[in-house]
Amino acid sequence: MGNFIRDNLNKDGVDRRGFLQCMAWAGTGMLYVMKGGILSSLPIGSAVTEAAQMSKMTGVDFSFIQISDSHVGFSKEANPDVTATLQVAVDRINSAAARPDFLLHTGDISQLSKASEFDTAEQVLKGANAGKIFYVPGEHDVLTDDGKQYMDRFGRDTNGKGYYSFDHKGVHFIGLVNVLNLKAGGLGSLGSEQLEWLERDVKHLKTSTPIIVFAHIPLWSIYPDWGWGTDDSAQALGYLKRFGSVSVLNGHIHQVMQKVEGNITFHTALSTAFPQPAPGTAPSPGPMKVPADQLRNMLGIAHVNFVQGKHSLAVVDSPLASA
Amino acid sequence: MKRKKWNIAVSTTILSAAIIMGLSSPRMAVRAESKSAPGTQVKIDNFSFGPDLTIPAGTTVTWTNNDDVPHVVASDTKIFKSNALDTDDHFSYTFTKPGTYLYYCMIHPKMTAKVVVQ
Repeated sequence: MGNFIRDNLNKDGVDRRGFLQCMAWAGTGMLYVMKGGILSSLPIGSAVTEAAQMSKMTGVDFSFIQISDSHVGFSKEANPDVTATLQVAVDRINSAAARPDFLLHTGDISQLSKASEFDTAEQVLKGANAGKIFYVPGEHDVLTDDGKQYMDRFGRDTNGKGYYSFDHKGVHFIGLVNVLNLKAGGLGSLGSEQLEWLERDVKHLKTSTPIIVFAHIPLWSIYPDWGWGTDDSAQALGYLKRFGSVSVLNGHIHQVMQKVEGNITFHTALSTAFPQPAPGTAPSPGPMKVPADQLRNMLGIAHVNFVQGKHSLAVVDSPLASA
Repeated sequence: MKRKKWNIAVSTTILSAAIIMGLSSPRMAVRAESKSAPGTQVKIDNFSFGPDLTIPAGTTVTWTNNDDVPHVVASDTKIFKSNALDTDDHFSYTFTKPGTYLYYCMIHPKMTAKVVVQ
């Protein structure tokens, strides 16, 4: 179990060795800073200070926020009011020192792909003081009609496929879909059509272009027994190997984990709805029921500062409960 | 062993008879179905399906989702496919033809199981 940080409530913060070995479980917020492929981390107490410093640092070009797994429509014991916790996430975004340029939502916006759930989520997220919101679907968003409703709402600019890329201040962002056409016995899947598109999409880019990939299911193998991985992610990452700085942001597992593999940093975000257990610590990855007063410490948002030129990416995972 | 084989032979004959009757009289076939093959339940718990089933043709299988997350029951060849089953939702399918049916959860594809219809 040396690979896991179960809790970051103690004052000495993160076990760096365990962190670099693979994974970090954070019940509370942490600051992650990547510089030249080397990660360092700080406990939440100083993370807030550090984040504020970083956002004021000259050279910080922009920041954005990742939110994930809102599951609007879920109403079970683990969190009977997921709309309220999504609203808290939005409030936190609005009270951040630096206004993010945009939001990334890494999927599971809804619980059951219902129109009313999407409506509520959009309504709440509209209140966020950020430019645009970029989405990728989670499996909960494509439960009916192979995701047509999701595509109609959120994928209009993506040729109906849901995957797309855009450039922002010198950084190339790629949103991928790995929740459709899943094969029996398999994991998340990108599919050959999307992989071909990705290869073409990055072909023209200089190797110095920083790349940020976001998708719902982790693009690295976290725990295949629970489906926490993507079958053909190695091929996708193969197209990105030549780039100097690649960051992969995922959701799906409702907890913070990080890994560094060569020039690629992987990061998963907290959910705004309910926590899920650490890999293998429960019979299944279903919603984790925690005492009400602890719930908001286990939900959150990730605020990402991008430092142009140095290729540094600082990801601050903030719990919904104020630190 | 001999006796078992004989039983299978007899039941195949009965099945054939039922199918022939079914062709001429659909109503009778329905009655025969419910009489010879009571419904069978499969529970979905902790991201897994209840045990694999071996059932006679004509059996209706009902899946019930006991998890806090939705699941979608689908055969790997899409012979049958449920809607998204929320907690306590059911889905039923009647297996009329003998064969081995592999199925999985379309959104949690690690969840797999099978139904063998004799």
